[in-house]
Amino acid sequence: MKDKPNLLGWTCPRPLQNYPTIVMGHGAGGRMMADLIEHLFAPAFDNQWLRQMGDSTAIDLSSIVHRPSFGQLAFTTDSFVVSPLFFPGGNIGELAVYGTVNDLAMRGAKPLYLSAGFILEEGLPMETLGNVVTAMAAACRKAGVKIATGDTKVVQRGHGDGLYINTSGLGVIPAGVDIGPANALPGDVVLASGTMGDHGIAIMSVREGLTFETEIKSDSAPLHGLVEAMMAAGQGGQRKGGLRPPLQNPIHCLRDATRGGLAAVLNELAGSSKVGIEFDERKVPIRPEVNAACEMLGFDPLSIANEGKLVAIMPEEMAEKILAAMRSHEYGKDAAIIGRVVAEHPGMVTAKTAIGGMRVVDVPAGELLPRIC
Amino acid sequence: MKYLDEYRDADLTRKLLAELQKTITRPWTLMEVCGGQTHSIIKSGLDRMLPAEITLVHGPGCPVCVTPLEQVDKAIALAARPDVIFTSYGDMLRVPGSTHDLLAVKAAGGDVRIVYSPLDAVKIARDNPGKTVVFFAIGFETTAPANAMAVLQAKARGLTNFTVLVSHVTVPAAIAALMDSPNVQVDGFLAAGHVCTVMGFREYEPLVEKYKIPIVVTGFEPVDLLHGILKCVRQLETGTHTVENAYERSVSREGNQPAQAVIRKVFEMTDRAWRGIGVIPMSGYHLRQEFATFDAELRFPEVQAIETKESPLCISGLVLQGRKKPGECPAFGKECTPQSPLGATMVSSEGTCAAYYRYGRYSLPSPLGEGPGVRSDER
Amino acid sequence: MCLGIPARVIELYEANGMKMARVDFGGAIKEACMEYLAEVKVGDYTIVHVGFGLSILDEQEALETLELLRQIEARGEEGTAA
Repeated sequence: MKDKPNLLGWTCPRPLQNYPTIVMGHGAGGRMMADLIEHLFAPAFDNQWLRQMGDSTAIDLSSIVHRPSFGQLAFTTDSFVVSPLFFPGGNIGELAVYGTVNDLAMRGAKPLYLSAGFILEEGLPMETLGNVVTAMAAACRKAGVKIATGDTKVVQRGHGDGLYINTSGLGVIPAGVDIGPANALPGDVVLASGTMGDHGIAIMSVREGLTFETEIKSDSAPLHGLVEAMMAAGQGGQRKGGLRPPLQNPIHCLRDATRGGLAAVLNELAGSSKVGIEFDERKVPIRPEVNAACEMLGFDPLSIANEGKLVAIMPEEMAEKILAAMRSHEYGKDAAIIGRVVAEHPGMVTAKTAIGGMRVVDVPAGELLPRIC
Repeated sequence: MKYLDEYRDADLTRKLLAELQKTITRPWTLMEVCGGQTHSIIKSGLDRMLPAEITLVHGPGCPVCVTPLEQVDKAIALAARPDVIFTSYGDMLRVPGSTHDLLAVKAAGGDVRIVYSPLDAVKIARDNPGKTVVFFAIGFETTAPANAMAVLQAKARGLTNFTVLVSHVTVPAAIAALMDSPNVQVDGFLAAGHVCTVMGFREYEPLVEKYKIPIVVTGFEPVDLLHGILKCVRQLETGTHTVENAYERSVSREGNQPAQAVIRKVFEMTDRAWRGIGVIPMSGYHLRQEFATFDAELRFPEVQAIETKESPLCISGLVLQGRKKPGECPAFGKECTPQSPLGATMVSSEGTCAAYYRYGRYSLPSPLGEGPGVRSDER
Repeated sequence: MCLGIPARVIELYEANGMKMARVDFGGAIKEACMEYLAEVKVGDYTIVHVGFGLSILDEQEALETLELLRQIEARGEEGTAA
């Protein structure tokens, strides 16, 4: 794990300067931990809810739940154990925020509040932690979410791989929105929001010593803005201000294509909805460098993790409009229609190959092993 | 990508298929002896597009699959030692030994590392003087020059902590053994393009003489494979049997002679046991005497007395000889899946069973138990 | 063993007494050993397997073969038209 000196402009505040690395005391609940919170976490994440500093944070949702637009609360959790902590295009802090924001967004929810639990390994350089926390704070501002509560623990050296983060998230699903994995119907169209495989290959490139002509960066990004644009386009235009209940649900399924990649997501959706999915390999957007790296390492780009891409399934008549909205959005520029939902072979995903043949696209088996033979 | 995209061209594929259909008049059984070719055929869906008269049989072309059980168990024993850093190509990690696999050893705390090149293993040895590095040197002739160079590098740099666990196999003897077997019915062979890149194809000339079958050196992309199949079928239709080269851009009759020289310098021919098939005389390499200090089996003699136990359900031997297809195995897709493999052919991503499972799902019911699955014989 | 991928040589140098190269697999760049390809030059395409170049791809051969295969299709089409 490389320490990047001060790249996010974080300077170690006075009391913490006595400790260049995390020690067991920082998790013990006493003075040292209080200093860590007071001088690192609290200033970085500062907001009115966090300032309560209670055992739990009280949040007044009455103004939200009493609106006619309020449908349901969305609640999710995710843990982040990526190694290395910093990689081209991102870091564990950003992932911890965007990953949970995206889980909420995949149900059509507007993300509001996050919790942040840190498990620090004794010996983690304070500067590294400072950089991660600064990145998280920036990610929260970009995503428009607040970290309302948190926790810190320290584990002994050798037990933690540097740093693990857990974030849970609360969001609000508008009334009448029903986006879920079991909603796909035969005849629906399948879309991908952009190039597949970037994140996994960015990580792999650090591990395998690969370089690229154009550097492959992780695609780590918050997708709720994209989802909002998609939902609005499905109803025939952007709505300004508050959400009014949609007349019909334009989108059936959303899934972010994280571990296991496109192949895993399509199989999950096919399984949950009890439908078959057929797509065209040539229509899946993949960067040439990612393709090249996959050829070289023997990976299938369809099985590689993404951190800022989603798969959407929707009725055919919605597709063109929604696709246009996606392409106009920062995180959907390379969006494409890749296939359709069918009644045949429920639970199974097939793909038309480059030569016009057909193959079954299975759930990737376990940890990716670079293929030699 | 240059030299790849042209050979994946849909139009050219279609037209080669049409030519094949016009040329072929009777059923022929062809065997390809290379896991990479198996993988490519099934992944591209080419096998479902071939004329019905062609039966494509997949041979023992996956060195991961044919690595003897004893060697896998030895690898596992070595990897579990606290003083060893065990290095291997990724494919070997999930190959089942008698009781478990290398991945399980890693999970239990063994220092097991995937390397992309054998030179990476040499580097690890150089960087870790306190441990002994064992490199699992498996492969066909394609990989032998790389593995040999690693040994020479270790010697040149005076490394005393670099060892190799050798399990190399060679193709020509395997073809002869298959042709000698009364149970194997193959009309022609597609020879492995990258094995021949190293070795040339002189060694196949005595085989076509003896067995009167065509052998065509073939590449890996769909157009290359169709080119090889077409040449093979043309020979069969006209009753000829010669060695032909359908991968001229990479293969010459003499092959890569500097690479062959280094192989000969470090290795010598030996009898090898092929998992599921048995011992084939003069079908593999082992280290020459002068490189004995690099031999992991001599460095750690306790691994020589290992008891092995194959799964009784696994028929990978028959699959590797082309005598059974994966779908004909009673355990295929049930007790035996890529997640819980019984044999090597289901583990290695080049293995026939794995390829069929991942890309073909032949004759499997739909995962939800409703409706037909996708069947191979639906053309 | 088979996973040999075409790569273009973009730089040649010596390391540890071996001829090495930086090669480009269509956008992904890595190091490979060129000890077995004495005549390789920058700009050549090679087949690289487990970090070693094993052959220099003969562009002339490749073009001729592709042309030959494309001619098959032309004959094929004439054949069906007849």
